[in-house]
Amino acid sequence: MSKSTTSQRTDQGRPSLTQRQIIWRRFKRHRLGVIGTVIVLLLSLIAVFADFLSPYTYDSEHRTLAYAPPTPIHFFDENGASFRPFIYAYKQTRDLISNRVSFSEDTSTKYYLSFFAKGDPYRLLGLFDTDIHFFGVQTPKDSKAQLFLFGSDTFGRDLLSRILFGARVSMAIGPVSIVFSLFLGALFGGLSGFYGGWIDMIIQRIIEILQSFPALPLFLALSATLPSHWSSTAVFFGIVLIFSLIGWTGLARVLRGQILSLRESEYVLAAKAMGTKNLRIIFKHLLPNTLTTVIVTATLGIPGAIMGESALSFLGLGIRDPMTSWGLLLFDFLSSMMTNLRFHPWLMIPGLFIIVAVLAYNFMGDALRDAADPFSNN
Amino acid sequence: MFGFTIRRLINLIPTVFFISILSYFVIDLAPGNFLTKYEFDPTVDKEMLEIQAKEFGLDKPWYERYFIWAGNVVTQADFGFSFAWKQPVLNIFLERLPNTLLITLPVFILSWLLAIPIGIFSATHQYSAADNVFTFITFLSLSIPNFFFGLILMFIMVDWLNVSSVGGLFSQQFIGAPWFNQGGFNLAKFNDYLLHLWPPLVVISTATAAALMRFMRGTMLDIMNAQYIKTARAKGLIERRVIYKHAFRNAINPIISIFGQSLPTIVTAGLITSIIFNLPTVERLFFDALLNLDEYLAMTILLFFAMLLVLGNFIADLALAIVDPRIRYE
Repeated sequence: MSKSTTSQRTDQGRPSLTQRQIIWRRFKRHRLGVIGTVIVLLLSLIAVFADFLSPYTYDSEHRTLAYAPPTPIHFFDENGASFRPFIYAYKQTRDLISNRVSFSEDTSTKYYLSFFAKGDPYRLLGLFDTDIHFFGVQTPKDSKAQLFLFGSDTFGRDLLSRILFGARVSMAIGPVSIVFSLFLGALFGGLSGFYGGWIDMIIQRIIEILQSFPALPLFLALSATLPSHWSSTAVFFGIVLIFSLIGWTGLARVLRGQILSLRESEYVLAAKAMGTKNLRIIFKHLLPNTLTTVIVTATLGIPGAIMGESALSFLGLGIRDPMTSWGLLLFDFLSSMMTNLRFHPWLMIPGLFIIVAVLAYNFMGDALRDAADPFSNN
Repeated sequence: MFGFTIRRLINLIPTVFFISILSYFVIDLAPGNFLTKYEFDPTVDKEMLEIQAKEFGLDKPWYERYFIWAGNVVTQADFGFSFAWKQPVLNIFLERLPNTLLITLPVFILSWLLAIPIGIFSATHQYSAADNVFTFITFLSLSIPNFFFGLILMFIMVDWLNVSSVGGLFSQQFIGAPWFNQGGFNLAKFNDYLLHLWPPLVVISTATAAALMRFMRGTMLDIMNAQYIKTARAKGLIERRVIYKHAFRNAINPIISIFGQSLPTIVTAGLITSIIFNLPTVERLFFDALLNLDEYLAMTILLFFAMLLVLGNFIADLALAIVDPRIRYE
């Protein structure tokens, strides 16, 4: 600990940097990477505080307001700028021939938005019962004045709230399945690299066979094996397991390569010569030195898991109700695609969140890789 | 060379064997079978179900069925029977394969034609405005899920361009039409094909080309830093000669070796795209077979997908051995 904080002095009297400080400095210089990291942190915070940040709970239905378009927010009334933004109630008219409901604004009453508005009750962080939401309009549930910033779906559920709740699954699936993959990858990659011989050969053949399958068809086939009576939490972990059953192979390959080269290094030979036990060598000398590579490979694997989950859920073989994820929200879109495309295009908004999350993770991973690469010259 | 090819082929046999077992196992893992959904159907006779189960071999454990199936594949090229289609698997598969090729081949050609030159350009003009633009575009297309990109294209076509019919590979009147009629090549059918081809082509190609371009750029950058490039420049060679005679020649190897790996990307992107654009491809067939628990069909296609990579890698190996004199194949 003290070694990394107190800087040693070089001949010139300049403090020399530890490996970690060098990486951190290089990382900070990668502007897109920093922006990506901030977005990842923001989305994760949103996931944690989804019930507080969203104006409604994810299953709060307003059946009379099905497929309401996004609510316009007004900042100007007849007297000019208003101190507080406000909305109008929805006014619905049904076209007798096409039987389509069209929405307009009922400008008779203004409903002001407020911070810390009372709304649907929920349990914050699973600890405190409350009904305070970060923002909202305080109208009764059956009122036509509702705040649907991203519109509503077929049951009149607020899409924004559902997206914020969906962040929980979509943001969790990447890191969680990477942790599982890491465990398997470290175990098999470590064994393969350290022992070599027939253990190595068998593990390498297994990896080769698993990697012969294109990812999505195999995910789909495995996902079809999850029993239909499973709870949505069980399905979530089932999908995590599926991702890590395939995801570990890449990590194991990388780790094996690293350990193979480190195994012959002087300090490991020295440790061996001093009679250090194998396990101690693996945990004290080999694994810490592969840590940077592992972190970088893991981060670069997260976007794949997010995309995989969204694709599975989009095809109806992923996350199940009552949980929700960005991919599952788009599955609802797929069920009557042509109508939705023409009349309810706001239902595509969840896809934008997938792009932002994946882009952010990609930038973060790229910056990490550049920063950790000892041969990079910037 | 001949001996090398034979030896590599023989090496493939155990891999193919294990891949086929795994395909079979994974597909069989799904709870229930094709007949399960009829069990609670009062209009279906229970005895009839039992007889059918026997007929399909569904009463035997999976490994027994695997070996029967594998035996039939090897001895009489019989890939089993599709329950849902009431036809031999091979028939349906071969019927759909041309559709997949009609999409995959253009994707393949387009993405390589785009990725290689752009990759070289980006590497030789690193951090230039154009390189940054290309990098941004590739990052974006690597971050858009294929299905969402497909939806966006659909949205543009339906809401902005007011295209009335979207999806499919041919219009109704051209589905059964022959490619060659008495007037020669059926141009009307070809035009119709091109009209239907471009949306899936754009979606799948961007996914494939972006990854390929990143790879090409990275490889070229590595090579451009090599000593022999410095030497070539120090000798006073013109830049074009340095790039094409010295750098690109050495970048060919890594490109060939990922040739095989680009096939699975196309399959994955093709699956999602086929579903959105309603294309009658093999990928679509696989998805329906999975949902229908149509075992033999699903597993034959899964095996086919895996074989694409194995064969791709095999071809890449052979090509490398031919192209690169440094690789010895004795």
